[in-house]
Amino acid sequence: MAERMGFFTDTSICIGCKACEVACKEWNHVPDDGFVFRATSYDNTGSLGADTWRHVAFIEQPGRARDGRGPGGPDGSDGAASNGGFEDIEGWLMSSDVCKHCTHAACLDVCPTGALFRTEFETVVVQADVCNGCGYCVPACPYGVIDRREGDGRAFKCTMCYDRQLGGLEPACAKVCPTDSIQFGPLDELRARAAERLEHLHAGGRSEARLYGADPGDGVGGDGAFFLLMDEPEVYGLPPDPVVTTRDLPAMWGWAAGAALSMAGAVAISFLGRSRSFPGRSR
Amino acid sequence: MRRGEEAMVPQAEFRSYYGQPVIKSPIWHEPHMPVYLYLGGTSGAASMLAAMATLTGRDRLALTARLVAAGGAAGGAAFLVAELGRPERFLNMLRVFKPTSPMSVGSWVLAVHSGLTALAAGSALVTPRRPPSGPPPSRLAAALPARLAAVLSGTRPAPSPSRTAGAAGAAGVAGVAALRARLVAALPSRAVTLLPATGDAAGLVAVLTGPLMATYTAVLVADTAVPAWHEAHRELPFLFAGSALAGAGAASMLATPLRDAGPARAAAVLGATVETVAGAVMERRLGMLGEPYRQGVSGRLMRAARVLTVAGALLAPVAGRGRTLTALSGLALTGGALCTRFGVLRAGKASAADPKYTVVPQRERLEAARQEAARGENGENAEI
Repeated sequence: MAERMGFFTDTSICIGCKACEVACKEWNHVPDDGFVFRATSYDNTGSLGADTWRHVAFIEQPGRARDGRGPGGPDGSDGAASNGGFEDIEGWLMSSDVCKHCTHAACLDVCPTGALFRTEFETVVVQADVCNGCGYCVPACPYGVIDRREGDGRAFKCTMCYDRQLGGLEPACAKVCPTDSIQFGPLDELRARAAERLEHLHAGGRSEARLYGADPGDGVGGDGAFFLLMDEPEVYGLPPDPVVTTRDLPAMWGWAAGAALSMAGAVAISFLGRSRSFPGRSR
Repeated sequence: MRRGEEAMVPQAEFRSYYGQPVIKSPIWHEPHMPVYLYLGGTSGAASMLAAMATLTGRDRLALTARLVAAGGAAGGAAFLVAELGRPERFLNMLRVFKPTSPMSVGSWVLAVHSGLTALAAGSALVTPRRPPSGPPPSRLAAALPARLAAVLSGTRPAPSPSRTAGAAGAAGVAGVAALRARLVAALPSRAVTLLPATGDAAGLVAVLTGPLMATYTAVLVADTAVPAWHEAHRELPFLFAGSALAGAGAASMLATPLRDAGPARAAAVLGATVETVAGAVMERRLGMLGEPYRQGVSGRLMRAARVLTVAGALLAPVAGRGRTLTALSGLALTGGALCTRFGVLRAGKASAADPKYTVVPQRERLEAARQEAARGENGENAEI
């Protein structure tokens, strides 16, 4: 029906203000996620979860390419050489993480009740009145996004403000983002805009910029919410090569069938063996 | 050995977000989830034992196996419901049938299986067992080709209580008889006459759901992003099927007179063998991803499982000589099957909690793809 809508989060212009986290909580009535001092960075939220649908990551960068495996391959090595002491804080990376609304969504695939569904905007949403809290979606997500809310018992995650979209509004996080780091719109448009932005950054010498989740050929068929990152994905806590777990489901059932048949054979053998039908055997 | 392993597998280098996990750990609780895995698997394997026992005219073993199958399914279902975040909504599991969700498939299998096994167990309870040297116990056995029936059951001697059971066994038999009498009295006479055939039929159909019950849970855990589970999707079904068979054999031999429990002991040995071999193959093939099965609490549980399972399997062949040996063997096998399930859950949680297991294999995959692409390009250039 409607076009596929998505998020393009351009982390190169994120200033880490966390307005997205706040707006999300306000609009969606998401409860607090604990008042924790994590002492790792300015990030005291930690990660996405049932009570955190937008999460701003802060990465303090102590000089690039420390491990000699630079992001761009050959150009990564000179970074370490010219950078002097590794104590240098080269910069901060900030990124507002969110549910990826995968094309092939594992959470949706494995949900046994149909509580998770794909909307007309091709986003993935949990129906809170159907979810029975089985928890299967939680370890199925290759990004670690969805989680069960303790005390409530049901699973929650970003809805890409389904209610606002139905009303013709953009999601709360994109609405409040002061730098337009979070952009909302038809996915095709966003992908074109992201490609343009990437080209611009590369032309400006920022070879470390790369798109994440924008490729429809990746393990999840491309993300409805994709990113422009300034370092390797795992630095932001993102999996470098996520694959929808159900891709291997036919193979899994194949192995299970093999095991089931072996078991049937083993049971049959158990009854063929020394049967108690032979009275002479008794001592 | 451990030092040698470290030399062979250098410390994996990887980057992460302050060492935080990339994926979420499974939130399934102990004891609910692993006990369900044990009970459901045991129920599945026991239903197969029960069907074979019925087909071969071994009424006493069939009775035990049917009770184990029904009890396991019902108990397991209770644990599953308790595991839900919203237990009152458990029926939502049957709202849809989703082939992409092993849990949906499993819910339907469990629903059908528990119904079938309950019917089979109920009928076995109210149907008096065939008196010694009497006619075949059920219409089903009667319907077998005469020659087969003769081979399978005709030459069987009557079990003699003095040799088989001893005081405890006799008391058990008397208890079952009393229970049966009360059940029969409570049921309409029509139901009592119809039950045996229905129960036998249900028990036979459970041969289809039983193997699924024992193996679908392996697909269920493998169909996640948890590295130690997903990458083990080849061996986990065999591990679970073997463990289920060992568990069912153990439970059946524990609750069946020695003379009648031969096939249960054989099944336990075979199951324990499959379980042990599958576990060893899995840990070896997984390499670095198999660490959670070797280290920490999960590693200790898996080792305990192996020791108990092997010990139980070694005792099982001689367990027919006495109740003590049977008890030792059966309890060791049951403990092993339980430890396997607790160990697998713990290993999954450990592998999800450390970003290493998520990031390193994915990096290696990307690197391999990059090298593959580079080789392809070189090849093309060479051709030109």
